[in-house]
Amino acid sequence: MSDDKYVVKHMVLKILLHVFLLILVAIILLPVCWLILNSLKTNQEMFLNSLALPKEWRFVNYVTAWSKGLVSYFKNSIIISAISIFFILALSSLMAYGLTRFNLPGSGFLFILVLGGMALSEQVALVPLYKILQALKLYNTRAALVLPYVAFRIPFTMFLMRSYFISIPKELEEAAIVDGCNSLQRFLRIILPISKPVLASCAIVNLNNVWNEFLFANVFLENRKLMTIPIGLMTFQGDLKTDYAVMLAGILIASLPMVVLFLCMSKQFVRGLTSGAVKG
Amino acid sequence: MKKKTKLTPYLYIIPGLLMVLGFVYIPIAVNLVYSFFRLSSYSSSMKFVGLDNFRRLFTSETFPIMIRNNVYYAVISLIVQVGFGTALALLLESKLASERFRSICRNIYFIPALVSLTAVGLMFNFIYNPQFGMLNTFLKNIGLPQLQQTWLGDKNLAIFCIIAMSQWQFTGYITLLMVVAFQNISSDYVEAAIIDGAGPVKRALSIMLPLAKEQLLVCSIITVIGAFKLFTEVYSTTSGGPGNSSQVLGLFLYQNAFLHDDMGMAAATGVLIFVITVTASIFQLRISHSGEV
Repeated sequence: MSDDKYVVKHMVLKILLHVFLLILVAIILLPVCWLILNSLKTNQEMFLNSLALPKEWRFVNYVTAWSKGLVSYFKNSIIISAISIFFILALSSLMAYGLTRFNLPGSGFLFILVLGGMALSEQVALVPLYKILQALKLYNTRAALVLPYVAFRIPFTMFLMRSYFISIPKELEEAAIVDGCNSLQRFLRIILPISKPVLASCAIVNLNNVWNEFLFANVFLENRKLMTIPIGLMTFQGDLKTDYAVMLAGILIASLPMVVLFLCMSKQFVRGLTSGAVKG
Repeated sequence: MKKKTKLTPYLYIIPGLLMVLGFVYIPIAVNLVYSFFRLSSYSSSMKFVGLDNFRRLFTSETFPIMIRNNVYYAVISLIVQVGFGTALALLLESKLASERFRSICRNIYFIPALVSLTAVGLMFNFIYNPQFGMLNTFLKNIGLPQLQQTWLGDKNLAIFCIIAMSQWQFTGYITLLMVVAFQNISSDYVEAAIIDGAGPVKRALSIMLPLAKEQLLVCSIITVIGAFKLFTEVYSTTSGGPGNSSQVLGLFLYQNAFLHDDMGMAAATGVLIFVITVTASIFQLRISHSGEV
């Protein structure tokens, strides 16, 4: 008897939980569905009733959004992200290698010094960076974004890589030392290939960060030809004025890459994010 | 010869170190210096004004509004993102649903965190739009037009609309972090508790939560730090308005530096943000260090 009761109670709980989790899914997805729905309408239809289905599905809104500017913002975001990620990974892995493989005097201090950078927020550096970049004649160039992006992402990335490098057994390198490899060769031929998982995690988490960055992009660039997606979207809004449906299509196009990437690489994503938050 | 081999390892460290010093530490030190000067973005002339920037900041009419808004953001985010987000993680890990269903839910909850703050801000401009936005249209369609609001245009509601948007975006992120923390708990503990006859609620409260305590604290602190760095969410929705009702420290800094040409005041605001976020970060580093075992 009591077994039956337990089974019933279990079933009820199970159903309630599923309902609850699905309600939350709806809360997350409803605004997105509303956005998709209206991105396929005309302005008039949207004004009339933004919850109704469009009479005619206007996929042309997406084409307009893409060709009216998004394409160039995408190109800029790809260039700036690629350069930034390359330097973030290169400088951080070199640093982690130097800090972990040589028992250097002062390496403990240097580690804490760089790690401390993680506690410092971009806003506090905003005004001086603006002045420094102007003085270096870098204001309004791609370098004006790449340099701060790399600098602000090194502490976190170096930290993740360091914990990974520590776990690589020293014996792996010893054979290479016998073969006469110098330390740079050992780094390139042994450490880097074995660190692919952590490199992938670092790349994807930093990409999410750099791709979506707004504060610096908004202040250090004024040339439209250089703007990245987040700042481009804001300008786009100004350009379109009242062409709301196209704007909505633009928001969706702009958001797609990171979501698709996450769905394809969620393992690396989760690993990078969680280890970063636990430790930083 | 020997000396040379000892110096080469530093060559690995130096490039990254110089970047961090040059583009993180030095600007932040310079910001502290700037906070004692009056300076403009166009000219390089600087006038020493002592603590005047801080006096103007702390006595400004917007100061209490900004602090209130940042604190609202922090407190509500702690309750919703950390509190509710953690409860949600516990429910997901209660194993009452299939592994596949749980991971799909978890991924959907997380997706908004991948979208740029500007895209989310612009999207919610539409959701909150008084004429054709999702909320007001919905209220009209279900026959409750009297509940319609101007949302972001209402000075009492604006900041809460922005805060709600952030909860929508980031609760799933904290949930994900907590799910991973719960999954890292050795199943021995949980099984021992089951043998002892602990029900799911008791297991959650007396085993899962205490063992994930550090991650929970870290989540709380990143949430508080985020609340005081708040900028893009407000910039892309209300720009601090109506009036100054949704003004926050980060946006105030930006507006002073680049709209009102009062970079000294911006620097002083930066120093305040620095003090708040660094204090919180120090707590966080302590905690995560203790968690390293």
